[in-house]
Amino acid sequence: MWILLLLPFIGLLWVPFYNFQEPALFGFPFFYWYQLAWVPISSVLIWLVYRRLTPDEAP
Amino acid sequence: MGFFAARWKSGPVSEHLDEWGLGGRQFGTWITWFLVGGDFYTAYTVIAVPALVYAVGAYGFFALPYTIIVYPFVFAVMPVLWKVAHANGHVTAADVVHGTYGSRGLELAVAITGMVATMPYIALQLIGMGVVIKAMGLTGELPIVAAFIILALYTYSSGLRAPALIAFVKDIMIYIVVLVAVVVVPAKLGGYGAVFSAASDAFAAKGGDTGLTLKPSQMLPYATLALGSALAAFMYPHTLTGIFASKSADTIRKNAILLPAYTLLLGLIALLGYMAYAANIKVATPNDVVPMLFKVLFPSWFAGFAFAAIAIGALVPAAVMSIGAANLFTRNVWKSYVDPGISHAGEAAVAKIASLVVKVGALSFILFLPTQYALDLQLLGGLWILQTFPALVFGLFTRWFRAEGLLLGWAVGIGWGSWTAWSNGLKPLATMDLGGVSYVFYVGLGALILNIAIAAIVTLILAWMRPEPRPSAVARS
Repeated sequence: MWILLLLPFIGLLWVPFYNFQEPALFGFPFFYWYQLAWVPISSVLIWLVYRRLTPDEAP
Repeated sequence: MGFFAARWKSGPVSEHLDEWGLGGRQFGTWITWFLVGGDFYTAYTVIAVPALVYAVGAYGFFALPYTIIVYPFVFAVMPVLWKVAHANGHVTAADVVHGTYGSRGLELAVAITGMVATMPYIALQLIGMGVVIKAMGLTGELPIVAAFIILALYTYSSGLRAPALIAFVKDIMIYIVVLVAVVVVPAKLGGYGAVFSAASDAFAAKGGDTGLTLKPSQMLPYATLALGSALAAFMYPHTLTGIFASKSADTIRKNAILLPAYTLLLGLIALLGYMAYAANIKVATPNDVVPMLFKVLFPSWFAGFAFAAIAIGALVPAAVMSIGAANLFTRNVWKSYVDPGISHAGEAAVAKIASLVVKVGALSFILFLPTQYALDLQLLGGLWILQTFPALVFGLFTRWFRAEGLLLGWAVGIGWGSWTAWSNGLKPLATMDLGGVSYVFYVGLGALILNIAIAAIVTLILAWMRPEPRPSAVARS
């Protein structure tokens, strides 16, 4: 599960993944909405890991 | 209001440093959310990030990936740090380092780095405040001095509870301002499509390394700045103070899930830089972009509300920063070298005075030195504080590294990083040629890699010379 925490690093630090303008969404070029989309995605990924922690680790 | 904070959730504020400097270590999920949100996403950010995006375009957006990837890191590391600090009564990062390695030298290195890196950061908050005060039509240095006195007095009397309480007010105000701005401004300017195309035209006319996407040569600097900044963010005394003041490890985990809400806000704030192009705003310095945009597009009462939000916003991080630095001075300089037998009440008294000294230092920074010095030093501060990462974080997971190695790594990292940044005209980027291709990257991250390599090599050499593990000062929990 902890491996999920690496996904935002890969998705955001490998810039060639998203350094272009198309496809745009609601007027936002891809570069911008892609990075903004990672905000909720990262929250959900962290929450998934959190949910799997045993109560012992999460007092 | 800050003065009333002394009585809120009251503990004996003047009798124990845990009370004054950490708010009694009892902040739950929501208070921590407001407090860390208030002091990590500073008022200066609201001014500076749109200013950078206005000036250079996509490159200025690195603050977004930076403030996203910081949270998986916080989730994985900070609860462990909290447990160690809580079990041993540590108040500062340097306490934790001393507890782990039993090395006074490493403790002092971490403490001094924290204090030095924080001072220009406080100065930046006062500069951010100055920008909006100027926009409100007040000139001269008197308003800043007045704001400073308020800040100093309420921190002195209430400690960390004061900024925690003010953070509520400030964050709600900033949320209102930003939500209104990101809905109303594009509506007035013809939608986000029009905003981006106006910015695109402006950058096309401007040329150089600007644009709505990154130039190929900017990709590595963008990614390394984001990663380096993310690793440095929670090494600062003010962010760590927020961590240590939480009630439980679980509070921190929940905040790693909830704090990204502020990042969304920051991303939208950054776009104010593009909105300025759509609104045809011309400014003398990029820092005036946000105040000018509000002045032009909003009725004066709302612009005034927005400026007040930013000005109050500057008080929170400035207060927490001075408290973090004061805690370091008290625990790791005063207690370690001047008065080892100091009482708990004595610690709180020293910290209160130290917080005043730190703030006077920051104020004299902006009153007597050119603004550029504060900006340059803040940049160097980020690089310096990043060099405390191995000493603080590695010890949480492995006892393999030795204090001597970490100390030498710290020194080399700071030395090489500062020298490189200095010789590049205080730019945060370093260039390296490998096989005929030159790579440009964030100097702080390069210094960190060098730092870790040195620490590992020295540890290997020491382990070969003295195989027996050295006694540790405090048993780990």
